[in-house]
Amino acid sequence: MTVNIKRIPKKKFLMPGNAACPGCPETMGMRYLKMALGDNFVMVIPAGCSSVIQGIAPRSGIYAPILNIVFAAGASAAAGMKAGFESIGRKDVEVVVWAGDGGTGDIGFQALSGAAERDDDILYICVDNEAYMNTGIQRSSLTPYGAWTTTTWTGKREHKKNIPLIMIAHGVKYVATASVGYPTDFIAKVKKASQIRGFKYIHLLAPCPVGWRFDPALTGEIGQLAVKTGLFPLYEYENGKFQLSPLARRYKDPSNRVPVVEYLKLQGRYKHLINKPEEIKKIEEYIESIWYMIDVLEKAFNPKEEARKLLGSL
Amino acid sequence: MNVNSKPVLEEPKTVFFAPISHPSPGSVGKTGTWRTHKPVVDLDKCTGCLICWLYCPEDTIIRLENDKVSIDYEYCKGCGICAHQCPFDAIQMVPEG
Amino acid sequence: MVVKTLTGNYAVAYAVKLARVNVVSAYPITPQTTIVEKLSEMIEKGELNARMIRVESEHSALAAVYGAASAGARAFTATSSHGLLYMHEVVWWAAGSRIPLVMAVVTRAIGPPWNIHVDHQDILDQRDSGWIIAVAQENQEVLDLTLQAFKISEDPRVYLPMMVGLDGFILSHTTAPVDIPDQELVDSWLPPRRQPYIIAPESEVVMGNIAPDEDHFMMRYSMAASMEAAKKVIEEVDKEYGEIFGRSYGGLVECYKCEDAEYFVVIMGSWAGDAKKAVDTLREQNIPVGVVRIRFVRPWPREKLLEILSGAKGVLVFDRAVSMGSTGILFSEVAQTLYPLNISLKGLVAGLAGVDVGPSRIEAEILKFIKQAEEGAIYTPTEWILPEKYAGRYPSSPKEVIAK
Repeated sequence: MTVNIKRIPKKKFLMPGNAACPGCPETMGMRYLKMALGDNFVMVIPAGCSSVIQGIAPRSGIYAPILNIVFAAGASAAAGMKAGFESIGRKDVEVVVWAGDGGTGDIGFQALSGAAERDDDILYICVDNEAYMNTGIQRSSLTPYGAWTTTTWTGKREHKKNIPLIMIAHGVKYVATASVGYPTDFIAKVKKASQIRGFKYIHLLAPCPVGWRFDPALTGEIGQLAVKTGLFPLYEYENGKFQLSPLARRYKDPSNRVPVVEYLKLQGRYKHLINKPEEIKKIEEYIESIWYMIDVLEKAFNPKEEARKLLGSL
Repeated sequence: MNVNSKPVLEEPKTVFFAPISHPSPGSVGKTGTWRTHKPVVDLDKCTGCLICWLYCPEDTIIRLENDKVSIDYEYCKGCGICAHQCPFDAIQMVPEG
Repeated sequence: MVVKTLTGNYAVAYAVKLARVNVVSAYPITPQTTIVEKLSEMIEKGELNARMIRVESEHSALAAVYGAASAGARAFTATSSHGLLYMHEVVWWAAGSRIPLVMAVVTRAIGPPWNIHVDHQDILDQRDSGWIIAVAQENQEVLDLTLQAFKISEDPRVYLPMMVGLDGFILSHTTAPVDIPDQELVDSWLPPRRQPYIIAPESEVVMGNIAPDEDHFMMRYSMAASMEAAKKVIEEVDKEYGEIFGRSYGGLVECYKCEDAEYFVVIMGSWAGDAKKAVDTLREQNIPVGVVRIRFVRPWPREKLLEILSGAKGVLVFDRAVSMGSTGILFSEVAQTLYPLNISLKGLVAGLAGVDVGPSRIEAEILKFIKQAEEGAIYTPTEWILPEKYAGRYPSSPKEVIAK
């Protein structure tokens, strides 16, 4: 599925004058969500930046109906909403959870896992800005190794929790990774997910200028660099099949990747380790481990011939 | 058959303040005042590729007839993403004031 | 109308079925579990046309039915004890949203240690949340209250969720004959679901984003106003239910032998039956005592209690829940209500963790109270009826422990 920008209707996809910080990746993502889904959807938003971005009642800056909900209940409230709509004969309404990395991988994880296991017919989007930005940049389980936060002053010592992989392990209908750096890729994935009945999960990388400490003009570029350095591979898992997204395939070959330092040096949260080769090495090793996992997934979730072909190309 | 299949929306009959909003612009006011730099479009360079419009986090890039663009200065927060993403160098960030 | 021998939990399930609920979600917890088991069976057999969401926690159970209700569905959940405590933030969220919803609470002690027996600590812990809270005395009332809960909660004068309490094991797992009303009659009495808004594409409603503090303040104010309005709705529903189905309970409170009473027992839940038995015995000895059974804790029946108790010589409150560092929870409610009256007042904390009290002990406590009051007006906020095993070894007032 390809998306032609020129064909996207000339209309509003977000209400300007909202409370998002300049250069916010979440409002970028919200626009793409509406571009992909049109008007027939509702959002469920657990506590996070997106709760605040809406701005002050009686106005809301997100162009969608929203059920704001307590932090741990994104997936469960959405599962209930979907069942509610279905039970009164409204099967066509798409219910989308829009949750941060904390609302997904930490406090909201139990409800997420429950909804995934039940195969509830919802689209869960994790907007991953890699920390609790809304409360002032505290580390989450999705904060990457080395990153400064206000609760990891010398850099986080643990690697990022791999939520998309955990969702694949749930055996759900659809899992994809995306980045706000590649809008049309994300739009296509949302469109595809919306045509699948059952549980769908999209993990959207959302570089945050405030929390990652970079110039807000660079949100899109850093979203691209995360992919180009191999740090954040884009892929889809669909009905038992795993494949790298076309634009990310070339980064399977390490020689095509941009050195990770190029990504790290743009972000103030890595300032303390940028001159420490042993720290950079740890991140490079992490990238290798991610791609090793990708390789395993490709082999595990593809027919044998396919796997052999892939092996040969390595 | 389920007789309760359609809910009825009925106005509350007491003093009623519900935590309800509706999508509308300016939920925190005219955010154009946040800007330190403003994007200025050079329409001669603009090709109407819409990259800036796609990447704009605010929906403050206005698509003109031919998909060339102008800026909604009332709300643009001046992040500079449009200028940075433009492949044709058609948007410059200019200091305010 | 059919009469069936039902446990309290099955009485809940039959009421939910009669209300034609659209969505059910719950998580197992003793002694609530058989409600959900029965509802699952009804749904799978096609007797109830509803969606069942078998969630992974109580927090999710309430969030799920709340989500369903926000989309326009009539929804129901049930829980108990720690399950209810785990739901707590969603309890508040649902009430503040003004979304009609019904939940059964099978009342049970809170740990540690683990204990599955009755007391009222769990349901009374929710009293500030904005839910209408009612507690039944026996199984028939469980069915009737659960059914009425939908009508009360969905009334445009109310638009608040409602929880119905039934005592763990004593009602939940004990059978009694229950009249099950005819579906047609219920359909003609219970209107289609009403609610103030739905969150749907065409409504473009956004629920719960930040509001100015002043508006947030007024939301609390309007909930308080709806609680006041609910008092009238509850009385109306009780009355019309009586006319149609043949059973009324007195609305916010039930009065038992109150007319010529001089002394009153205030009590809530299944052990009100024991209190009534004790009063029957005392009445045979011409002792003028009656029972005021609290049916609704929220809204608190202030006006009605003042009316009933204004001529009383003394009021004895039995509490199956305590606010640590203060008194029994009903006692503090009764005491603030009766503040304008100069009468004897005593609060007894008893029956916690399912410890049995029984009619004869209640009778003895009433006699003791009357004797104390006749000797001169007393005000005893908190005494504990200790379990037999420990009675006599410890003082009945925790305050005296410190004095020694």
